[in-house]
Amino acid sequence: MISNDRRLDRRGAMRTLLENRGDLLLVTGLGSTTWDAAAVGDDDRNFYLWGAMGAAAMIGLGLAIARPDRRVLVVTGDGEMLMGLGALATIGVQRPPNLALAVFDNGHYGETGMQASHTAESVELVAVARACGFRETFDIIDEIGLRDFGDRVHNAPTTLFARIVIRTDEPPRVLPPRDGVLLKTRFRRAIGVE
Amino acid sequence: MREPTAAEMPDWPDEIFAALKAARIHQVGYVPDAGHARLIELCRDDPEIRTVPLTTEEEGVALAAGAWLGGQRAALLMQSSGVGNCINMLSLTKTCRFPLVMLVAMRGEWAEFNPWQVPMGSRTQAALELCDVLVYRVERPEEAAETVASGLEIAFNGDLATAVLLSQRLIGAKRWVK
Repeated sequence: MISNDRRLDRRGAMRTLLENRGDLLLVTGLGSTTWDAAAVGDDDRNFYLWGAMGAAAMIGLGLAIARPDRRVLVVTGDGEMLMGLGALATIGVQRPPNLALAVFDNGHYGETGMQASHTAESVELVAVARACGFRETFDIIDEIGLRDFGDRVHNAPTTLFARIVIRTDEPPRVLPPRDGVLLKTRFRRAIGVE
Repeated sequence: MREPTAAEMPDWPDEIFAALKAARIHQVGYVPDAGHARLIELCRDDPEIRTVPLTTEEEGVALAAGAWLGGQRAALLMQSSGVGNCINMLSLTKTCRFPLVMLVAMRGEWAEFNPWQVPMGSRTQAALELCDVLVYRVERPEEAAETVASGLEIAFNGDLATAVLLSQRLIGAKRWVK
């Protein structure tokens, strides 16, 4: 389908963020960002959430604190971030230098019928993150901005927050494993702690 | 009211802290409670423990999962009212079999002045058990450290969720009129 919508494509955006990922660890939120990561390619170093809405950012924080030697990227959606908005306050206080949060923002709850989210109305996630203490924030609308952020994920000296504006579409679901114990254990094996 | 002298301070928070150290806990997430005040202070003062103040207790459940993914052990400190905030997040713990240790300062069960604490306080244990969290209670100071140590062992040896409820009788009812 040809579209005049110039906003970023979510699958392409995920692919860009994971290009040359090196030893990057990835946490994705319920649910579309989990399908996006699976579409780019399943990897033992991906921890996908199929539930526990609102958990993604805090899992990233615990992981980043535990492994200061690795870079941690959390990619989640606007609805998932809104459910755990307090996590931005908590992470804004901690700011581990090896953590980056990226929110794919289409202003909608894609998994439940595309109802509008708060970001389609008055809520500006980047402003929230800045107010919570994030020192480096990104409001990304194009491929250049996305690539710049993707580079910063690997070398920033502070916790990053990016809002990435994406098209409101629903590409076909690509489902990664959903066995939570498998996802946990293979992740721990992949980084040598199991 | 004067501050209690060192000799009058209860020892059980220090003993629980020693149990956390012995179990190699490196992250402690908490929402403050007066009953945890001393333990929070000890954790904050320890250079080997990263303390993470939370805006709501469910954040701590996710924090502990992330810590474990990275090979570190975490513990959560909260008040009984906070257990209710954790319910859906405990599906993460159960589905993935993450080890989890919650130390819960009880309110609403012993000489409680504030009736608003009673609904959650009186259902804390039942709510945890509904979510398949193993629950242990501490009534007397001499039981505190060994009960926490036991909860830590079970959680990390078996990838299970445990909660130790520190009873309001142990902590002492909150003073409302000074």
